[in-house]
Amino acid sequence: MDQSSSLKFLGSWADSHTHRVRLALKLKGLVFEYQEEDSANPSSALLLHNPIYKKVPALLHDGRPVVESLVILQYIDETWTDNPIMHADPFERAIVRFWCHFADDKLGPAVGLVFSSAGEGQKAAVDQVHENLKLLERELRDGAFKGRRFFGGDNIGLLDIVLGCGSYWLAVFEEVMEVKLVDPDTFPLFHAWLRDFEEQKEVKETIPPIDKLLEYARGIRQMMLSLSTDTTTATTIGAPATGSTTSNNDAAVEEIGLLQESLVL
Amino acid sequence: MGEVDTKGVVLLDFWVSPFGQRCRIALAEKGVEYEFREENLGDKSPLLLKSNPVHKKIPVLIHDGKPVCESLIIVQYIDEAWPDCAPLLPADPYARAQARFWADFIDKKIYECGTRLWKLKGEGQAAAKEELIGILKLLEGELGDKKYFGGDAFGFVDIALVPFVSWFYTYETCAGFSIEEAAPKLVAWGKRCMERESVAKTLSDPHKVYEFVGLLKKRFGVE
Repeated sequence: MDQSSSLKFLGSWADSHTHRVRLALKLKGLVFEYQEEDSANPSSALLLHNPIYKKVPALLHDGRPVVESLVILQYIDETWTDNPIMHADPFERAIVRFWCHFADDKLGPAVGLVFSSAGEGQKAAVDQVHENLKLLERELRDGAFKGRRFFGGDNIGLLDIVLGCGSYWLAVFEEVMEVKLVDPDTFPLFHAWLRDFEEQKEVKETIPPIDKLLEYARGIRQMMLSLSTDTTTATTIGAPATGSTTSNNDAAVEEIGLLQESLVL
Repeated sequence: MGEVDTKGVVLLDFWVSPFGQRCRIALAEKGVEYEFREENLGDKSPLLLKSNPVHKKIPVLIHDGKPVCESLIIVQYIDEAWPDCAPLLPADPYARAQARFWADFIDKKIYECGTRLWKLKGEGQAAAKEELIGILKLLEGELGDKKYFGGDAFGFVDIALVPFVSWFYTYETCAGFSIEEAAPKLVAWGKRCMERESVAKTLSDPHKVYEFVGLLKKRFGVE
């Protein structure tokens, strides 16, 4: 694979959207320079290249920025055309895009809510995750992805990357919060897919070690619970504080808000 | 999404929906013949429920029985399924990435902010108005002195945004401001787009949009 251009990539180690891009770059065999970003403290480079959202990931190709993970993934696929992650067929592409949006707009936020809530609120959030997983399970069983090992077919494609990079959080949350999110009896196909995805060489080389993720998640969860005033009724942590703060509490709330955003699948 | 028993191209839509209008404009630009089916959103058809079981929303494009959902996904599908004329996305990958970014930005921001603007009063409305002005100014900056967002060719970003032009009158009247004053180049771009038959024949009359929002306000108990 010829790469005669320079790639720089701004990301955060625990951010699932960063992992999507990292995995795509790995699948394409591309070399790049990586810069770790602290989401609470974006670098001047990040602010320059993503002035609207000020978030990771940001990919710089010969100095030109591309931001928003789905935009970046399609850009990578269209620029380096070996090992395609998107099918050529327009209908297939439309289905993949639809479920990528579903992952970002529905499933991801539902999983995030499980993490940031407790008591009755958390139960409701878990139910929501199950409703969303049922829809995916149905597509794997009877619908667009019937009979496939991966959503992309025999090899992982765009939807596998989007759903997969972030699905490892399901196991992390199950352990940290003692909730059951992906029961193999209820979601046999999704469970099998996730196991196969996580076994892929490139995925193993991309996803952070689980003990690091567990430690990170436990820390945030503890902060969250110590801030919440009522853990027995529906409780969610609100939007992060804006502007600079001096109190530890405000900073913690901000960190939790940013984590919630980065945790979406 | 289940395959359904229809032939040719069918669009399940709702007359005033800016999202449906994106699809109508794209189909018109490509010269694709299709059947337009107006949905009663208070009583959704079995076809709609079968074609979009996840969200149960319009627009849905059904092409030889296969449903495609979500307006920007539909517009990209239209571009890829009828590739031989009027390309809606540019050929260059970087330009495509920019187009996708801005279309997604429009999708995330305009409808939600505009809805708050007409639903809320007082401080909430004032905040929504400032936010909308900010969004429109940002878009105006991206447009620059180009004829269209894509340059000389009318394309994806123009299609994503232009249906909201007929909502400008509603936003202005509800919140008491002038979009022409805030973003004159954008208003001029809107007028240029209206010179295209695909846009002129699709966009709702701004007064009809205002009447429609008036009905919504009554239903939501806003006054």
